[in-house]
Amino acid sequence: MARRRTRATSHADGRGGLLSAIVEFDSVGLRYGTGAEVLRDLDFRLAKGAFYFLSGPSGAGKTSLLQLLYLARRPTRGRIRLFGEDLTDASRDVLPDFRRRIGVVFQDFRLVRHLSAFDNVALPLRIAGKSDAEVEGPVREMLAWVGLADRASARPPTLSGGEQQRVAIARAVVSQPELLVADEPTGNVDSEMAARLLHLFTALNRLGTTIVVATHDVGLITSTPGARLMRLEKGTLADPTGALRNPPAEPVRAR
Amino acid sequence: MKASFFDASEAENRLLPGGTFRGPTPYVIAIMTFVMMIVAAAGLALANAAGVVANAVEHRYVLQLPDGRDGKLEQAVTAARTLRGVTSVEPVPEEQMRRTLEHWVGPGGLGEELPVPAIVHLDLAPGANASAVAESLQRAIPGGRFIAEQATVQPLLGSLRALRWLAVALVLLMAAATSAAVVLAARSALDTHRSTIDIMHGIGATDAQIARLFQRKIALDALVGALAGAAIAAIALLIVGGGGAALARDVAGTTPLRTGDLFLLALMPLAAAVLATLVARAAVLSALRKAP
Repeated sequence: MARRRTRATSHADGRGGLLSAIVEFDSVGLRYGTGAEVLRDLDFRLAKGAFYFLSGPSGAGKTSLLQLLYLARRPTRGRIRLFGEDLTDASRDVLPDFRRRIGVVFQDFRLVRHLSAFDNVALPLRIAGKSDAEVEGPVREMLAWVGLADRASARPPTLSGGEQQRVAIARAVVSQPELLVADEPTGNVDSEMAARLLHLFTALNRLGTTIVVATHDVGLITSTPGARLMRLEKGTLADPTGALRNPPAEPVRAR
Repeated sequence: MKASFFDASEAENRLLPGGTFRGPTPYVIAIMTFVMMIVAAAGLALANAAGVVANAVEHRYVLQLPDGRDGKLEQAVTAARTLRGVTSVEPVPEEQMRRTLEHWVGPGGLGEELPVPAIVHLDLAPGANASAVAESLQRAIPGGRFIAEQATVQPLLGSLRALRWLAVALVLLMAAATSAAVVLAARSALDTHRSTIDIMHGIGATDAQIARLFQRKIALDALVGALAGAAIAAIALLIVGGGGAALARDVAGTTPLRTGDLFLLALMPLAAAVLATLVARAAVLSALRKAP
């Protein structure tokens, strides 16, 4: 799987190292309507090619944070840079290009109910303008990887919750995104399938994709060496060491 | 998603299930196109009729004499025939005038002592100076009135022209109503497929890509509806207007609708389909822009 070049920004870390950030949040806040802020003062940078887990109690704002990451919402204050571009006030006409560089596994799967599993997985490639011939191979490969090769023609209502989740994951990774955002991706699968999916994520990460996984599953976190933890509590990011605001410099891993 | 406008891929067709011709759109557009074509045909026929009448009287004038007796009619005819620009002089015989007047005064009501007005029809050459002709006749026959027939039929021509513009207004009104129906159909389709649209937006589809899916479907619905409406209108025009056309050819030497008019009418269903497509695209894009 060939990788696209990510245009991430590099920042001097003050210690002679360079950090290549794919996501930068500066003093970001989010509120719905006139209510209180559900996210407050988020300051962090996600290093290109790193693997992050986002954890926190229910209602802490994990899904809202992920929505900001995959450009489904705009912050009510602060600045957000993705792939080196400030997208806080970007025209909605330019957002699709950036969304295509992000794979998303939604908590509620968001599969198109009347499309087959194959067509659901193929959707990002078709939106990107790939022909049927170009779509066939990657989609079959991805369905096989998530164990659904024999369910390619099944429609979501006929699939179990776990199967739907795997289709959603296959759709999110089929276009080899530069950033993968997953909201509770193992919530509906057994431990064996969870391990397989984690293996898929780590394989994708080794190819250069930055991964952000929101999960309650402590086992998932502990079984992923090298992954970094982001803990969200009451809308703010716990960052006692400042490692998220100013990540330690380390060479970007060659994949 | 690279297929051309009318060449949707199977995958694109699967994205918006439901197929074409299932909603009210084709039927509404068929009815609107039918009415538009009938009204437009009536408007064009009225315009042609006004043109025929106007052309027929364009160079025709009438010389009215309060009393044509004692050789005054012959004097007027002789004077008119000598004038430059006058191409024909046609007096109405006194007997005919008397018969006409007896409709009002009764048989034998016109005695020898009562004056009998006289009328002379004149045709002027195109470009002839009507004012000069009028002045010459006034000098030769004092008391005579020189009247352009165009002025006489002006109220009729005015009515025909007003009806023609009324037909244009009605066609535009129908087009507006068709557009409104398409906007409603597009919004309804968007609501039906809202979840699919949200998913497509979420994974990077542009507004234009999504709009193209809807506009293709609505365009096909509109085209089929417009062609059906046009076919029914053509049949109705043939049945209703067929006899009138033969009569008009005999009386005026022309048909109510000319070749150019028929071409214009034939373009109407295509125009309706194009209008529906553009309106659908604008409505869908406008609705999509309200999304985050």
